[in-house]
Amino acid sequence: MVEFTLPKNSVVGSGKTWPKPEGAKRLTEFRIYRWNPDDGANPTIDTYYVDRDDCGPMVLDALLYIKNKIDPTLTLRRSCREGICGSCSMNIDGENTLACTKAIDDVKAPVKINPLPHMPVVKDLVPDLTVFYAQHASIEPWLHTESPQPEKEWLQSPEDRAKLDGLYECVLCACCSTSCPSYWWNGERYLGPAALLHAFRWLIDSRDEATGERLDFLDDPFRLYRCHTIMNCARACPKGLNPAKAIADIKNMLIDRQA
Amino acid sequence: MTQKSTFRTPRARVKYLGAAHSGAHHAWMMRLSTFALLPLTCAFVLIVLSLTGRDFQSARIFLGSPIVAIFMLLFVGVGVYHMTQGMQVIIEDYVHGERVKPLALMANILFGLLIGAALIYAVMRLSFT
Repeated sequence: MVEFTLPKNSVVGSGKTWPKPEGAKRLTEFRIYRWNPDDGANPTIDTYYVDRDDCGPMVLDALLYIKNKIDPTLTLRRSCREGICGSCSMNIDGENTLACTKAIDDVKAPVKINPLPHMPVVKDLVPDLTVFYAQHASIEPWLHTESPQPEKEWLQSPEDRAKLDGLYECVLCACCSTSCPSYWWNGERYLGPAALLHAFRWLIDSRDEATGERLDFLDDPFRLYRCHTIMNCARACPKGLNPAKAIADIKNMLIDRQA
Repeated sequence: MTQKSTFRTPRARVKYLGAAHSGAHHAWMMRLSTFALLPLTCAFVLIVLSLTGRDFQSARIFLGSPIVAIFMLLFVGVGVYHMTQGMQVIIEDYVHGERVKPLALMANILFGLLIGAALIYAVMRLSFT
């Protein structure tokens, strides 16, 4: 059955409160999930104070301030710091989003930060996304063709290219999939909103010649039909995309081909 | 997501047993029964409302009349089908035990058949006695 409570070794305890930076006038409190796989202890919530006059405006700036100036052991993923790499996805104030595009002022203090929900944790704010990436790989996110390779490129009309807008922008941050209750309960068999959004991006690509095979792969009670249009995915997406609509469109394609 | 101690690669775990090639039919039947239940539920409510104030004999004759009985049979049949199919989705969502899950799925279908048979029998008996 579904587990609604945390297993014993995952129950979160209260953690350390780190000293406030000296001489700071404008402080914001951060409560951050900490878990170290090496010490055998349960996770804790540590409290940090960030000097806002010495820190950039985004939550990621605050996390890097903490890592650089207070506690170098704080572990997180980050790369581009401008919402294009999808690395710094985490749960901030109860919502999955990118730390680099979330302004500290938009969150009511204390700012609560947890790793993405319902994924195995590697350390602190770093979730294990290997299954998530395997799901993306399983939909074969590249052009499939049978016709002879054209001399220059596969042509596409501007209208057909426009159909990919709202789909190709996904940065695979996993905010949507890890916000989806269906994904929580059946995370290995249900592909999740992110992989399905990518699946639809290739299904409606006018240049692709494997639409039928792609639909065959998705016609499954678990891979596709665990989506019950809960819409958490569309709400969570930091890029403003709508995976739920893409999934509904895939369901319509599957009905179209049999009726 | 459950973390299982396994040496199977993430790719193998995601591909699992392959596609069942059957989800679309279930989804189509759910949509079809949903649309069928819209007018059927309205008809059922109207039938129940028009039963108020009648004595047993008059209610029996009304429910046993052909058009009313046909609507009742359709409502019962489609309703029980929709209920069973919906419950199947809930079981698939939440029940994960290897032994419990097939048992729950079977129990659901048998329960639907039992309830459906009892309801159809009740409606038919009003018509034919």
